[in-house]
Amino acid sequence: MITFEQAGFAYGRTAILNGITQELATGSFHFLTGPSGAGKTTFLKLCYLALRPTSGTVKLFGHDVSKLSRDRVAEMRRRIGVVHQDCQFLDHQTVRANIELPMKVGGRNIGKNRANVDDLLSWVGLTKRADALPLELSGGERQRLAVARAVIMAPEVIIADEPTGNVDWEMGHRLLTLLVELNKMGKTIIIASHDLNLIRAAKPMTTTRVLRLVKGQLVAAGADL
Amino acid sequence: MKRAFMMRVFGAYSVEQIVPPRGNAAWATIFATATMTFLAVAALAAALGVSRLADAWSLDLAQSATVRISAPEENRDLQIAAVLEILSTTPGIANAELQSADEQARLLSPWLGEDLPLDALPLPVTIAVTLDGAGPNVDALALRLAADAPDAAWDDHNRWRQPLQKTTNRLRMLAIAALVIIAAALAVVISLAARAALAQNANVIETLRLVGARDRFIIWTFVRRFTMRALIGASIGAILAVVAVQALADATEDDTFLSVIGFGGLDWALLLAVPLIAAFVAFNATRLAAMRHLSQQA
Repeated sequence: MITFEQAGFAYGRTAILNGITQELATGSFHFLTGPSGAGKTTFLKLCYLALRPTSGTVKLFGHDVSKLSRDRVAEMRRRIGVVHQDCQFLDHQTVRANIELPMKVGGRNIGKNRANVDDLLSWVGLTKRADALPLELSGGERQRLAVARAVIMAPEVIIADEPTGNVDWEMGHRLLTLLVELNKMGKTIIIASHDLNLIRAAKPMTTTRVLRLVKGQLVAAGADL
Repeated sequence: MKRAFMMRVFGAYSVEQIVPPRGNAAWATIFATATMTFLAVAALAAALGVSRLADAWSLDLAQSATVRISAPEENRDLQIAAVLEILSTTPGIANAELQSADEQARLLSPWLGEDLPLDALPLPVTIAVTLDGAGPNVDALALRLAADAPDAAWDDHNRWRQPLQKTTNRLRMLAIAALVIIAAALAVVISLAARAALAQNANVIETLRLVGARDRFIIWTFVRRFTMRALIGASIGAILAVVAVQALADATEDDTFLSVIGFGGLDWALLLAVPLIAAFVAFNATRLAAMRHLSQQA
């Protein structure tokens, strides 16, 4: 699904990631952990093509991302759902319109998929907030909206960067449950988080693998995980 | 409740509003386009007025000619009779009329004044000729006049028409140059407004890219917004300009240039084209600005 072969990334002369070799298989559930500044977000950006490696190779769905045109990158992104800690939405559009945005971008008929959007709103518990604006939502509601938007196009991979960073434990657990449900549907899940309690909570729910980034390199996770 | 109602009424419209309808760029675009279109329509009105006036003068001159007889007094009447006889039998001439002394005085009064003793001046006799269709064969007519009235000279007004046509053509070129400069200025203003809007909406662009939007989708969302704004601004500017031009023409009663500016017939088609051209300029300026902006990103 996603393969790193001696991949690295640097901003100018500052190396963020070095010589990473890792395969993230289809249907797997990965946690990415590590201290702040270790390169977790950069690793994820390489996964969802917001960045391209400055050394080595990253392959996504079998394609070397360095050789993809801008249009192909956009097409690839539609196969990946992304949930950010600081969720980005169109703040002037309603919750429903934000969920529908990937369909509009992908040229899907919104009218015919209205039932899917309703189901998704119900699944993430935002049915009553469908006509609200994102800025009117609480932190947890925004995270659930981000999850709903990330999965509306039935992506093969879901990438979440600190998805529980702005919510309390109960809401974090609820979001984790949503992501585990998606994993059980066959989606590949990659979550960057420094919340060890969240990682421990996921272990009994599904088969997880923990990757630890230290100073730009992947190392084995500690025994406590 | 209120929002739900608004969504039902305007839902289809708001769904299209990916770029938020806010920011100074919106007003700048509408105002700049309205101003530029106002100037463009005013320049067009002036150019059309000049053309119309010049065409009318040129047509008057083209359909008339003058025979001037500077003969000595003893055989003047003989030559006048000969010329009138020749003209009456020449194809291409509708009418020939000897101009009276009063008529000559009326024509010369703007230059020489009302009270000059024209009888004392050695003025030539003039015959006003009205042409029919393409006019006579001038070479053949000149030969006949030279044979029967050697002091008569044919003047087809070419000397006056050519500078008039040249002036008209130059004014037309000036109007076209003004329109091109206005269009270029509009392109620059729209381009700057589009760049400001792109920078202001960096979050929107990032969100669109995150959900897999191709560059052309992002470009189109901005292009559509700016083209519509330009069309609205251009329509306002054009309407205001038409009202101003017509008011200026209506308020001018004498037979001067200002009284003939305005629009009529096919002019309206040209006028309709101005807002469309402004929208086309905005479309391309925004498209190029957006393409450049996106190409600078990863």
